Amino acid sequence: MNELVEIVGLTKAYDAEHVAVNNITLTLPRGKIIGLLGPNGSGKTTLIKMMNGLLTPTQGSIKINGCYVGTETKAHVAYLPDRTYLAGGWKITEILDYFCDFYADFSREKALEMLKNLNIDPGTKMKTLSKGTKEKVQLILVMSRNADLYVLDEPIAGVDPAARDYILRTIINSYNPNATVLISTHLIGDIEQVLDEVIFMRYGHLVLYTSVDNIREQHGKSVDAYFREVFAC
Amino acid sequence: MAWNMESDRPIYAQLVERIQMQIVSGQYPPGGKLPSVRELAAVASVNPNTMQKAFAELERSGLIITQRTNGRNVTEDEVLIGNVKKGLAREHLEVFLSGMKELGYTGQDTMELLQQYIEGGNQFDMD
Repeated sequence: MNELVEIVGLTKAYDAEHVAVNNITLTLPRGKIIGLLGPNGSGKTTLIKMMNGLLTPTQGSIKINGCYVGTETKAHVAYLPDRTYLAGGWKITEILDYFCDFYADFSREKALEMLKNLNIDPGTKMKTLSKGTKEKVQLILVMSRNADLYVLDEPIAGVDPAARDYILRTIINSYNPNATVLISTHLIGDIEQVLDEVIFMRYGHLVLYTSVDNIREQHGKSVDAYFREVFAC
Repeated sequence: MAWNMESDRPIYAQLVERIQMQIVSGQYPPGGKLPSVRELAAVASVNPNTMQKAFAELERSGLIITQRTNGRNVTEDEVLIGNVKKGLAREHLEVFLSGMKELGYTGQDTMELLQQYIEGGNQFDMD
């Protein structure tokens, strides 16, 4: 079974006027690194929240690994939300314990190694860390799981360019042909080389789902430049 | 150090050229072993599937050989490597000559100027 995510007729309406995701049908394969791109308010985070069971679709369905989103799929999806949810009073080591308890696929060794590479002391409390370092810790927690699907909502927005490179290398190094990484971001130019495919969303609709090299071949420009053209204000 | 990619062409095609260059320049010698897709993807900071596609292209052209159990090697066929090198040289010449033509130099003028330049130790006299 090569399909990892099957989205059919997915719609989320917050009320009659606010349809954040509008009738999206999309199938994502395994073994890909996919960019989820779109201007502000295009429905990216709403889509991601539905994939993680944090919002209930108004219509349509999502299956991951052949299962409807629920307890079973959460065990196989590693999610990096767009804001922090870790308690400030906790030490990183305590959060590692928590993740070990919570996720059967979490590797403490992998997390400790990445913390060391980024010179983050696991004995520190979360609230004493800078915004960027907090984001790094959260990403490390997510990437230390051996999941089928990684969903990263704006993983590189808050970190410096050097850490950005490390994070992208981490994503490349963690590449696993059975797993897919879905990354939502505005910083297309920074991650374009790392992506196989891109999804463009606008006003809740799916505009385009194709490979990075297809865009470059057909339009003779980078995804970044093509995005600016398609979504020109 | 991530490899710099041009923004207007497919990434895999640029990876192919880059690896060809490393082979013809002897950085990877004939018969020598190549890094794995994963290693090279990490070095270049590119998607492993894109690197895989570039390797497949290089395999089709015969420049690299995949052994089932032993990874990938550069071909030992030095004639083939020489031809790839000439192919790359031709591309450089085409760019150079079209630039000179735009400046108004004929083929003959260009040749004379180039000879002066090389014999003069990478410079020539202004009139």
